[in-house]
Amino acid sequence: MSGLHPSRPFPEAAREAVGNPQLRANLRKVTNTIREKRLRAVEELPHWEELRQLGAATKDASLANLSDRLLELEASVVARGGRVHWARDAAEARELVAQIAQAHQVTELIKVKSITSDEIELNAALDAHGIHAIETDLAELIVQLSHDTPSHILVPAIHRNRAEIQALFNRELGDPQHLSDEPAVLAGAARRYLRQKFLTTKMAVSGANFAVAETGTVCVVESEGNGRMCVTLPEVLVSIMGIEKVLQTWEDISVFMEVLPRSSTAERMNPYTSFWSGVTPGDGPQEFHLILLDNGRTDVLADEVGRQTLRCIRCSACLNVCPVYERAGGHAYGSVYPGPIGAILTPQLLNMTDKNANTLPGASSLCGACYDACPVRINIPQVLIYLRGEANDQKGVTLESLAMQGMRYAMSEGWRFEGAVKLARLGQGPLVRNGQITALPGLLGGWTQSRDLSAFPPQSFREWWRTRNAEPGAGSEGGQP
Amino acid sequence: MKIDLFITCLNDALFPQTGQATVALLERLGHEVRFNAAQTCCGQMHLNTGYRTDALSLVRKFVDDFRDAEVIVLPSGSCAAMLRELAPDAAHWEGDEALRDEVRALSGRIFELSEFLVKKLGVTDVGAAYPHRVTYHPTCHAMRSLHVGDAPLQLLRNVRGLTLLELPHADECCGFGGTFSVKNPDVSTAMLADKARHILETGAEACTAGDNSCLMHIGGGLHRLRSGARTVHLAEILASTEAKVWA
Ligand code: SF4
Repeated sequence: MSGLHPSRPFPEAAREAVGNPQLRANLRKVTNTIREKRLRAVEELPHWEELRQLGAATKDASLANLSDRLLELEASVVARGGRVHWARDAAEARELVAQIAQAHQVTELIKVKSITSDEIELNAALDAHGIHAIETDLAELIVQLSHDTPSHILVPAIHRNRAEIQALFNRELGDPQHLSDEPAVLAGAARRYLRQKFLTTKMAVSGANFAVAETGTVCVVESEGNGRMCVTLPEVLVSIMGIEKVLQTWEDISVFMEVLPRSSTAERMNPYTSFWSGVTPGDGPQEFHLILLDNGRTDVLADEVGRQTLRCIRCSACLNVCPVYERAGGHAYGSVYPGPIGAILTPQLLNMTDKNANTLPGASSLCGACYDACPVRINIPQVLIYLRGEANDQKGVTLESLAMQGMRYAMSEGWRFEGAVKLARLGQGPLVRNGQITALPGLLGGWTQSRDLSAFPPQSFREWWRTRNAEPGAGSEGGQP
Repeated sequence: MKIDLFITCLNDALFPQTGQATVALLERLGHEVRFNAAQTCCGQMHLNTGYRTDALSLVRKFVDDFRDAEVIVLPSGSCAAMLRELAPDAAHWEGDEALRDEVRALSGRIFELSEFLVKKLGVTDVGAAYPHRVTYHPTCHAMRSLHVGDAPLQLLRNVRGLTLLELPHADECCGFGGTFSVKNPDVSTAMLADKARHILETGAEACTAGDNSCLMHIGGGLHRLRSGARTVHLAEILASTEAKVWA
């Protein structure tokens, strides 16, 4: 997996993941812990529902005038000595970063954890230009050192356990002494390695959690402080942000400072929140570039139902409550955006034309836990259902669509449905043993992989109702005498 | 009260005893129950699988069949959620604002059985008796779309002889999800395995819920495991008395 494009359909990738007991155990443990913590953090706030509504409304307001907001942001950033670049797609954004690096003759740069940079496959592109990008977020570093890909928005190495990390650090960080599996010891090794990079590297790349149009301020929210090192120590800073991250006013940020930490890490307040506006002579990076990335977002914005997806603040609450994510893991989604949000965002960013991404809206039992958890009230189940329809439109006529049409026809009249049920009752004959069906053919075979099915009973409800009413009193078992 | 039953396609074809129990229960409580035999399906399966046009023709049929109903009661949380929440959206997506308005106009009269009993009628003791150890699975749609809350539990607590056992991780989805169970069988099965394990941990003889689609899934899994535990629809427990046990 790399970037947005899944390399195979979800059901296929999920089958493999579900069969990996270690992965399932790791995921279950972590998601269950975060889930419970998040619930406690949310229950502390009696006005949580109002905050969610405010979060949704704030994002909707800036999305409603997105082009104006972005122009305002551009003007504010430029007024404060920064430079703004517009990137239509991933290729343009990658090229911009490479050009800036080359202009400064940089061969190594440090990175703040950024999914947007993963979306555009920045590291690989920079590699091709002979520029090595070093991840400074601890979990991202683990992923990078093990030549792996992230499987969670917030906890990219959620699929790794402590023993795996211990082995990796002992191998990769070249520490003279053998590292124990104590979290503090492992973190210490990473810190020694990263400190040296912070102090010697000239250029940094970050994403952005928010940007404020009126002040030209960019914001990064993180837990380790390594991001803050990146945005303050190097001489050149490049921030890549999806255009949906812009907010109107400085006050707009406040609601997200409440809902984001509680939703993502279950903390009351975020440990490191960095804000910067343009450049300040003698303090921090002396050159600042902001890349505004579209990469399919204006198309999502144009869609009345799909639009709400752009409210997402990448808190990952939906991943942590999702029963499908918990079993299949992030890699099964085949994109940098896993879980429920990935299931709706990825196919939309790819314009609903990618045949693997189009299986993602199907990767949900529609249980609704994601919608309940989302701090900006994205109705993910609704969008999933909507996108399933859009995906079917791309596929045209299939065996499934014909079966569905047939069922609809059978259900278009009561008597016709009754006839169809009678036929099914006759047809099931050879499949039934002791009132149960244990193997189904064709499209339905997935069911009997692990489940039996009770057979059609001798009489349907409507047949019973007719006999009961034909002989008043006679058929109404349990009814009024 | 004159109650129109919507028995739903799955109940009609595969679980008629749930419909029969619903009739028995509501009549026992003194209501007049009607069943319009023209009815078929709410379109949930079609809509959730992404076949909007097919789904909407079934929603249109539902509206035509139930236009004059005073209240519509159905023993299925997911179908109630489909009609109240999703159908109006889907009609709007297809530009059929007339259908959207019509189904919306009906939605205040559509009740899932347990919410009808507790929230509309204010009844929590329906005079049922069912001498078994039972655990309750709150289905996703009833819990998150309809917000039935503890209405089913209130009803179960008043059933004579019933021992109610708490289900661990009750609010986790059973993994059915309609065609999801067939299109993503591996994930669905993994979810089901956990649900089945939790049910068996309680030591219950039966797991109940307000929706036969989830119960068909859970029951199919329990049966495949030869576990001895079974599933039973809430309506069948509530319809049971000392004189007649429905399930
Ligand atoms: S969709 Fe909602 S819950 Fe999921 S990551 Fe985005 S903001 Fe968080």
